[in-house]
Amino acid sequence: MGRNKSDLIVFVGKRLLQLLPVVLGVIVITFFFTHVAVQNPCAVWAGAHATADQVQACILRFGLNRPLTDQFWRYLTTLLSGDWGANPRGGVPVLLSISSAFPATLELVLASLFIMTVIGIPLGVVAANGAGRWADHLVRVFYLSGWATPTYLGAVVLAIAVGPAIGLPTKGDFTTKPPFYGPTHMSVLDALWALDFPAVGDALLHLVLPASALALLNLGIATRMTRTSMLEVLPLDFVKTARMKGLSDFVVLYKHALRNSLISTVTILGITAGVLLSGTVVIETIFQWPGIGAYAYDAITGYNFPGTIAVVIVFAVAVVISNLLSDVLYGILDPRVEWR
Amino acid sequence: MASATDSELGVDATPWTLLRGKASHLREILRPFIRVLRANPLTLIGFILVVIISTTALLVAIVPVISQVVLGHPVLLTPYDPNGISTDYSQAPSLKHLLGTDKLGLDIFSRVLAALPLDLAIGVGIAGFALLLGGGLGLVAGYWDKPRTLGGVISAVILRVTDVFLAFPSLVLALAIAASLGRGTGPSILAVLLTWWPYYVRLTRGEVLAVKHRPYVVAARAAGVSEVRILFRHVLRNLIEPLLVYYTLDIGTVIITFSTISFVGIGVPLDVSEWGTMVEAYEQLLLTHPWTVLAPGAAIFITVLAFSLFGDGLRDILDPRSRRTLVQAVAATTLPGQVAGAAEA
Repeated sequence: MGRNKSDLIVFVGKRLLQLLPVVLGVIVITFFFTHVAVQNPCAVWAGAHATADQVQACILRFGLNRPLTDQFWRYLTTLLSGDWGANPRGGVPVLLSISSAFPATLELVLASLFIMTVIGIPLGVVAANGAGRWADHLVRVFYLSGWATPTYLGAVVLAIAVGPAIGLPTKGDFTTKPPFYGPTHMSVLDALWALDFPAVGDALLHLVLPASALALLNLGIATRMTRTSMLEVLPLDFVKTARMKGLSDFVVLYKHALRNSLISTVTILGITAGVLLSGTVVIETIFQWPGIGAYAYDAITGYNFPGTIAVVIVFAVAVVISNLLSDVLYGILDPRVEWR
Repeated sequence: MASATDSELGVDATPWTLLRGKASHLREILRPFIRVLRANPLTLIGFILVVIISTTALLVAIVPVISQVVLGHPVLLTPYDPNGISTDYSQAPSLKHLLGTDKLGLDIFSRVLAALPLDLAIGVGIAGFALLLGGGLGLVAGYWDKPRTLGGVISAVILRVTDVFLAFPSLVLALAIAASLGRGTGPSILAVLLTWWPYYVRLTRGEVLAVKHRPYVVAARAAGVSEVRILFRHVLRNLIEPLLVYYTLDIGTVIITFSTISFVGIGVPLDVSEWGTMVEAYEQLLLTHPWTVLAPGAAIFITVLAFSLFGDGLRDILDPRSRRTLVQAVAATTLPGQVAGAAEA
């Protein structure tokens, strides 16, 4: 194993192959949990005012009277043929909901990663530079506070108190129609695509609060990782040399030291993808963001089994892919890494 | 034997000097603790908060039970019955109601205090269960991972299953499980319990792999020490520190995750005092009656913060590497004169 392009391809290919058993396992676990634990989903699916006959018809229609393994094989074979199923209540195809919701979530997650990077990394540098002194303590209080605040609490405060107070939108009340229905399903890109610049501004404003609420939790992780890796780099000889040459503090810290410590920060950003995705379930519900987190919440609480399984598959694949991306990025940034 | 002790301590050995000898020995053991606490006042705050929170939770939980047995009636430590409706509707914080009341006249301070034992026990208990289960599986997967043996097969199975669980964002799986089981305290505990162990497998396995080929382990094996003894005395001993630090930090994460399930409305029922449930029940009152939301929110915040500070400090104390990094960094960023001072401190 080395660092050739072919080694990288083999590495990525192997990791993607490992994804298959993971996805299968995820499907099995979610399928059996939902189907075993919920006693009579048809009571929900057929509606609150359904007659006994209607419920019976629903049971027959969805094959709930058959053995569980039969139901599982039927689900798996239809899934493999490309049919993700439909919401038993209302019949909206799962794939349609997911494919329009995923880009919206991606937009939210990318915006919050941007906030994390722009605020978290400089704070980490400041903390490491003043390690053991007041700046360090202050930054530590800040990132631990972000860590100790439950996502939902930060989101509720931002959505109900802060947003209205500073005049930022807190709900999906876009001024332009239709947001999220352009070719990309991302509010900002769709507005750009339509060359509607007031709508771009409106979309950006709508992003600020949910993305900040989502970033709050992981801001601490970015800050902490930058601080730790900076602490490892700062005592090294090349940093001392740079200082002795008389370079300014700013150049030494941000050009010499930070470039070397960013490697581990980048990796951590990839690993936090899972945490961010979990966060979207709460954030999107509170801010009424039409993404996959809100869809996950609706599917889970509405006993939309095909929807729940689909959401979990998408989440699992997204987590594995972003871990893979961060590994690849790490290898590209650090020339000592070999693909294996 | 007695004469040797006398000669070591000098002729005027009194109980007092003996005690002083012990005290200085104790100080030697505590030195790293004291140094970290001095360098980092926040760690000290964390230690104190954890002690206060744990003691309060224990008292709130135990005193009613003991008084029931001794006095025949339960004595609540909360100023009011946390589920006792009163005519003091929607009152702002005052001396009578320290954190105000809600629309039903329930005393918020009493509810927040009554929730403390539940939330803390869930954090400590679920993380503890995950530590034991995940740690045990990780130990097996890391230690007996030789391919083409029974142990190798078992570890491969453990790792594949763990990979599946790690690919889930654990909150989503926990939500799905909790929603399927129906709203209740038990189901939501079970949901978090089932999803929390995988990371401990990965952590423990990584540490075992790092330790098991170290020269002292090889030397012990060469000297004929049994595998079980190596596992417990040489490998396990080195896992305690990283696992303990992670466990301490994890308590807060469990509390947040558990309260999130309650917050989205599929966890603890509304009539049970739990912090996440309280935030959910009162969230629309944030602008008009902010104390109802901010009090349970602050309770979670302080508890999680305390355990984070505690765990962070524990890492500094237990891990000599992170201690050295801190000192080196201080040395690297201060002037020569200050370095001398830092070295003395």
